[in-house]
Amino acid sequence: MRKLMIVAAALALVPAAFASEEGGGAAAWQTWHAGNQLGDRASLQRGARNFMNYCSGCHSLKYVRYQRIGVDLGISDELVKEHLVPPGAKITDYVVTAMPPADANSWFGIVPPDLSLITRSKGTDYVFRFLKTFYADPAAATGTNNLVLAGTAMPHVLSDLQGVQRAVFDEHGAFQSFESAVPGHLSAAEYDAFVRDTVNFLDYAGEPSKLSRATTGVWVVLFLLLFTAIAWLLKQEYWKDVR
Amino acid sequence: MANAAEGAATKGGFRAWLNKRLPVDEFVQSQLVGYYAPKNFNIWYFFGSLALLVFVIQIVTGIFLTMNYKPGELTAFDSVEYIMREVEWGWLIRYMHSTGASLFFVVVYLHMYRALLYGSYKAPRELLWLIGMCLYLALMAEAFFGYVLPWGNMSFWGAQVIVNLFGTIPGIGPGLVEWIRGDYGIADSTLNRFFALHVIALPLALALFVVLHLVALRQTGSNNPDGIEIKAKLGPDGKPLDGIPFHPYYTLKDVVGVGVFLMAFAIIVFFVPTFGGLFLEKPNFEPANALSTPEHIAPVWYFTPFYAILRAVPDQRLGALLMGLSVLVFLFLPWLDRSPVKSIRYRGWIWKLAVAVFTVSFLALMYLGLMPAEGTYVMLARIFTIAYFAFFVLMPFYTRVDPVKPVPERVTYHA
Amino acid sequence: MSETSITADDEVDHSRRRFLTAATVATGAVGTVFAITPFVKSWNPSERARALGAPTEVDVSKIEPGQMVIVTWRKQAIYVVHRTPEMVAALTQNDSKLKDPSSADSRQPDYAHNEMRSIKPEYLVLVGICTHLGCLPKQHFERGEAALGADWPGGFFCPCHGSKFDLAGRVMAGSPASVNLVVPPYEFRGDTIVIGVDQQSEGVA
Repeated sequence: MRKLMIVAAALALVPAAFASEEGGGAAAWQTWHAGNQLGDRASLQRGARNFMNYCSGCHSLKYVRYQRIGVDLGISDELVKEHLVPPGAKITDYVVTAMPPADANSWFGIVPPDLSLITRSKGTDYVFRFLKTFYADPAAATGTNNLVLAGTAMPHVLSDLQGVQRAVFDEHGAFQSFESAVPGHLSAAEYDAFVRDTVNFLDYAGEPSKLSRATTGVWVVLFLLLFTAIAWLLKQEYWKDVR
Repeated sequence: MANAAEGAATKGGFRAWLNKRLPVDEFVQSQLVGYYAPKNFNIWYFFGSLALLVFVIQIVTGIFLTMNYKPGELTAFDSVEYIMREVEWGWLIRYMHSTGASLFFVVVYLHMYRALLYGSYKAPRELLWLIGMCLYLALMAEAFFGYVLPWGNMSFWGAQVIVNLFGTIPGIGPGLVEWIRGDYGIADSTLNRFFALHVIALPLALALFVVLHLVALRQTGSNNPDGIEIKAKLGPDGKPLDGIPFHPYYTLKDVVGVGVFLMAFAIIVFFVPTFGGLFLEKPNFEPANALSTPEHIAPVWYFTPFYAILRAVPDQRLGALLMGLSVLVFLFLPWLDRSPVKSIRYRGWIWKLAVAVFTVSFLALMYLGLMPAEGTYVMLARIFTIAYFAFFVLMPFYTRVDPVKPVPERVTYHA
Repeated sequence: MSETSITADDEVDHSRRRFLTAATVATGAVGTVFAITPFVKSWNPSERARALGAPTEVDVSKIEPGQMVIVTWRKQAIYVVHRTPEMVAALTQNDSKLKDPSSADSRQPDYAHNEMRSIKPEYLVLVGICTHLGCLPKQHFERGEAALGADWPGGFFCPCHGSKFDLAGRVMAGSPASVNLVVPPYEFRGDTIVIGVDQQSEGVA
């Protein structure tokens, strides 16, 4: 038995060995983490506002309703109507975009994807890095390109905030660093915070129950601990009989 | 007998009334209290009852999911998100079901591994093992069909790959694949028939096999970590000397096991429901798309050992054949193992080495099946595939020459 | 040492066993209730159903006196009637023909539990579902309408089983229905009637 366990433990190290092989040549941006906090309600509220101001023109959140955002993020119905619900929509509507898909297709060559589940299918880090790695590229139709999603059809809609950056590549075409071409309204730290808030909101939108499930889970586990302890005492009492 | 009957009669009007019409007390007395199980069960013996628990959890959560799930290529994905977001506690029911699916395989694999360690498949329990294998095969089908239902992009391409495996069957392959799908690709018709199989046909089959498995177990009695037949040493009352009544001793012990298991279950459901992409994969949060294969396609972790074997073989037909064999070979275990000894405790170094090689191969293949099929990974998968099959194919030979130890007459038990 | 694996019964602390058994069963029962709760609650109207059942708004300034509009709220037809002063005045003379003139046995919010069965006398809001067996009563506002007799005070007539209601939705004697039409919760916001909310119950009632 013991020998088997040693073998199993040795085997558990195998994946670690493989993993270290892959991590070697990662560029700096590939190590950035969103680091968003779902417990930070103010950040979620700012993120909701950011989404409505900068994203919702093209991207929908077709599984999310305005009113639900208000309830979950602690925003009153009045404020939701004032700041989040676009003209003509009801507070009970889903967050859909006003842009007709056919127009979107002719403008961008692609219908901008629904973002309800983007943080679930790609991860929060992906979205964080995507929004931070737009760079000027005269060859691109939009004038910008992206390190995470090369050749993206999406223009850099946040360029007035972040400014425009140039990417420096080495002779092999590997990314080296960014340098600022046109400064934006926000400092680098402020822009990071802006993107982090937005990602935080999308993280919530991907799974609204995430806001509360861990809290429920603590109580469930504590209860099960109590139950198991009592059941164990009972089992011990009966097993005294067994010799 | 007369006393017991009298007791039941005086215990209360309803109980007497009931027992006269339905043998409740008699059943409990004969099947639980009167069933003597070896007293030396260890931790490996929790997984049978836990598998039954997970089965019940899957049935109950499944029934409630069916109330809001809508099979159909235009509705399935949306209805799952509807459950996750709009149905009160729907997310909990869904996560219980998705976590239960993976944990079902965890407990079933540990349950089967226990049989391997202690020779529980050997005579007189060959049929018990075969019925268990039927359960396992039905469970694999059940899991596969269930995985298709959310109609995410992994669901779709997983179905595509698995169904196409049947296309490798000589002659009838292509026609068979079309018949399984009911269309020229994975489509609405495929989803609907998989739904019917997942919620009705296979659960019925599983329930039937569970009953047969329990009846067969009751007939032979449980094996134990010493691999000794406790029925060989009976006391003056005709009960096995090393046996204790299943109820209350093992029912209470199993309740503790249930408590511990449910804690692990709850931790996953409430804190890490996707389990880092192992239980719920990232690409499955994108709707099925027949024009875009996910970059890296792998089945859920419980199928990856066999999937790794499929990919390791550089020939389509042989690969599919070996993958099928890698599962079905377990059916022959009772006859491949020629050792006179059941439990690993009293077997020799050859068997212990063989089991170690098998364990490492199985886990390594599981890991490799999750990795992309390239370079070193494929090479390793080939090595472990050979080791995996060697364990079974060579078994009739090495079990005969294995230097076994003498088996004691009574079980070892330290109170 | 005897050979059997189980000690004799008389060496056992029975009271401890009984206590621990009771504690385990009780905790298990509590746990079972906890576990069942989410499944029971999953049958409640979903968030979507609640959103679709959200209050309905009607701009009453667009309804001409003597006219009615029908809107839906929670999958029910809601009648909003703009009563003329004559209609309102006539309502006070119906009592003798009614089964429940003071609406004592009928369902309406407290603020509509008055002779006109409304917040403002000129606007009547009703759930358009016959209290007999659920058909939609038809609009017959003309007094003395030929088909309904010379003493018809104007109101609603249910074509299914012939129940008659006056212009306050009160059921008339001789009808199979026995209580008045239901008044839903509603409130005024300027010229708009919001059906489904009222002062007593915040938000979605």
